[in-house]
Amino acid sequence: MLELLGKTKIDFMAKRYVAFAVSGLLILSGFLALVQISRGHAKLGIDFSGGTALQVRFAQPVPLAEARDALAKGGFADAELQEITATSGGGTALLVRVKRQTSIEEKAAERIGALLQQRFPGNALTVESSTEVGPTIGRKLRDDTVLATTIALVGIMIYVALRFEFRFGVAAAVATVHDVLAVLGILYLLDKEFTLLIVTALMTLAGYSLTDKVVVFDRIRENLRRRRQESITETINASVNQVLSRTVVVSLCMVLAVSALFWWGGEVLHDFSLAMLLGVVIGNYSSIFVASPLLMLWRSAIRV
Amino acid sequence: MKRRIGIRLAIIAATIVVSIILCLPSTPLYSSMPDWWKHYLPSQGVTLGLDLLGGMHVVLHVESEKAVEGIVDRTLATIPSALVNKKLAGVTTKRTGPLELELDFTGQETDEATGKLKDGLLKLMDDSYPTLNNTDREIPKTKGQPGRLVYRVRESDAARIKESAVSQALETIRSRVDQFGVAEPLIQRQEADQILIQLPGIKDPQRALDLIGKTAQLEFTLVSEDSPAWSKLPAFVPAGQEEEIAKEFAPQLKPDEELLYERETVKDTGEVRKRPYIVKRIPALTGDMLTDARVSIGQLNESFVSITFNSAGAELFKKVTTENVKKRLAIVLDKAVYSAPVIQEPINNGRAQISGSFTTQQANDLAIVLRAGALPAPVTIIQNVTVGPTLGRDSIAAGIKAALVGAGLVLLFMLVYYRLSGLIADVALLLNVVLLVGALAMFGATLTLPGIAGIILTIGMSVDSNILIFERIREELRQQRPVRLAIDAGYDKAWVTIIDSHVTALITAGVLFMLGTGPIKGFAVTLSLGVSINLFTSIVGTRVIFDWISGRRKLNTLSI
Repeated sequence: MLELLGKTKIDFMAKRYVAFAVSGLLILSGFLALVQISRGHAKLGIDFSGGTALQVRFAQPVPLAEARDALAKGGFADAELQEITATSGGGTALLVRVKRQTSIEEKAAERIGALLQQRFPGNALTVESSTEVGPTIGRKLRDDTVLATTIALVGIMIYVALRFEFRFGVAAAVATVHDVLAVLGILYLLDKEFTLLIVTALMTLAGYSLTDKVVVFDRIRENLRRRRQESITETINASVNQVLSRTVVVSLCMVLAVSALFWWGGEVLHDFSLAMLLGVVIGNYSSIFVASPLLMLWRSAIRV
Repeated sequence: MKRRIGIRLAIIAATIVVSIILCLPSTPLYSSMPDWWKHYLPSQGVTLGLDLLGGMHVVLHVESEKAVEGIVDRTLATIPSALVNKKLAGVTTKRTGPLELELDFTGQETDEATGKLKDGLLKLMDDSYPTLNNTDREIPKTKGQPGRLVYRVRESDAARIKESAVSQALETIRSRVDQFGVAEPLIQRQEADQILIQLPGIKDPQRALDLIGKTAQLEFTLVSEDSPAWSKLPAFVPAGQEEEIAKEFAPQLKPDEELLYERETVKDTGEVRKRPYIVKRIPALTGDMLTDARVSIGQLNESFVSITFNSAGAELFKKVTTENVKKRLAIVLDKAVYSAPVIQEPINNGRAQISGSFTTQQANDLAIVLRAGALPAPVTIIQNVTVGPTLGRDSIAAGIKAALVGAGLVLLFMLVYYRLSGLIADVALLLNVVLLVGALAMFGATLTLPGIAGIILTIGMSVDSNILIFERIREELRQQRPVRLAIDAGYDKAWVTIIDSHVTALITAGVLFMLGTGPIKGFAVTLSLGVSINLFTSIVGTRVIFDWISGRRKLNTLSI
């Protein structure tokens, strides 16, 4: 048998204080991100903030500064321009975003397209996609998202609490929330845009991360039944070591699969796959260093 | 044991075949299949989402309140003549809110007369305007004092009207889109007062939007040429000054008149100017009396729309044209004058023409909109996502490439790390993907770009199940268990954990499905289906193969 890890005997629980410090930082950045989002200071996608987004392609390369100037003169000084790797053919592909709450009647997308074409008359311009979202829909989506995330987390907590017992449920829930906050915080620090797709990634990784905790807890429970003479610390350590092989291999496979998305999946899925990658790594980390120590702290009366 | 293996293999083989049949229409192979195949077997293939096909996704908000306000409008417009009919004098009307109006009447000579006036008004309102409710009244105590009756639209009627405004708008839009000829449009109600429209693969999104959003309120109304203001109006108003002129002349208009404009483009200079008309507020005929509208080409190659009235409309048209020969009749669409021809003679055949320097396409669109009918209330666009076809194709290409690379890497790793058992897991993985795409085709679920990401995630998760089982088996083997027992123990112990992880994944997918629109829904569907199918393949699928291998001869070692 080819084995990446032999029979390991790492004392994970001893390192828990270091882990708590690291996790503390991660959670803090997550809360910071949440606060900034609710204050409207974070980069919100068009879905949430309302506004206009266009993806256009010029047949020949175009200097970004000139394009920005053309839009500014046309009344769109607050437009964000971003160059993206041209999908097919040469030229320049641009992503234009205007976060203002323009009413759709103003036909912002049309005007932006016209302004750009006017500035570069010889250069054929195709509008590859346009999105216009009115303010009411954005607000509703924000509310719906918060509601849905809460429902999902509560649902998961209830399920785990039913399958194991209450203290396991809480530990798993706390660790999962930690994971979501950590990824959220990192994305915020990397100045990524928060779209509905990112929310999807966060919820998916919450589900995946929970699976990881369930695997570890399953093993802990099994060992607690069998080895009553050991201390909790020893049992937990042993359990984590036993599932380590599976955890590492599964993470490796997930990383392989999601990396393919990250490098080759195209612009739309880029941030999504980054979030998933972070989620896989942090999920594994928290099963070992957050969920298990939490369980250990609850030394008293862990029934099986 | 052998028969059980046979049955299980047969079931798996059957599902593979069914899946392939369901997916076939999406592949290039389909066109070379014989006719009987195309006729009897499913022909739909996998439905692609807008982000992969290109197309338009629009959410409209129906301003249903305006439909209710219309009741107050109509009351205010028709009450003066009703009062005259009933010989109720000394009454003025005033609008006091969007859904409210007030009748003010002066106290009469005697209390008795005042009472009679009040009663007369109450009866008139009750009989002729049942949707209005008297909410407040002030009776004059002394002679000469004004009295007041306040009327408001009934809550229940308001709710009913709003509700029917939205359903009627839905039907009208559906009828318009039908005539536009888009393959598989999606038009449905969302929330209480929103309409979602999806037009996949549409080539001219702007035209579609104009067609859908037009209120299309058609009115035939007489021009008040004898109005004193008419002679003072300038012949033309430059574009942009309409509001100023309207404000300027407003006080000179009688209460039953309004100022509307006809749009004209000067041929040589291309300058746009507006020709003002003073028309009667209450139209002689409206668009709901039409039975047909068709495009015709005239002698000078200009396009116009020929309309036909129904019998009631034709009668009314005859009456109006007979009584008003040599006067102008304005044809007004959404409060803009299209033309105002002079009535040369009475028209008995219930037909008319609408001309206005249209292109053929404009005339066509106008005909479509007239046939489908007017929207009961105006609509505003609150969300508009348009994806061009090239972006869609590129997205598909990128997604498929990433999926192949990702799957390839994982398959290779499994093979190297778990050897023969890895090969078995790989087979299960491929089985997963085939069944997943087949399930998508069968349920008519939409595949979006995040959906493709969902497929890749499913690959990762399915591998997880297999790894769980394999690692368990390895543990058992390390403890010197016999191969057969190790396999059984591995599956039994891992089973519970696999169920747990899949249920949690389904919970999150379920929530995402309820929350998300379009692309996110596609992701949720793909993930749920993938996870469910994975339960099947990882427990039944791989088990069958292991059983088959270990059943043939006594195994001492297992390639794992």
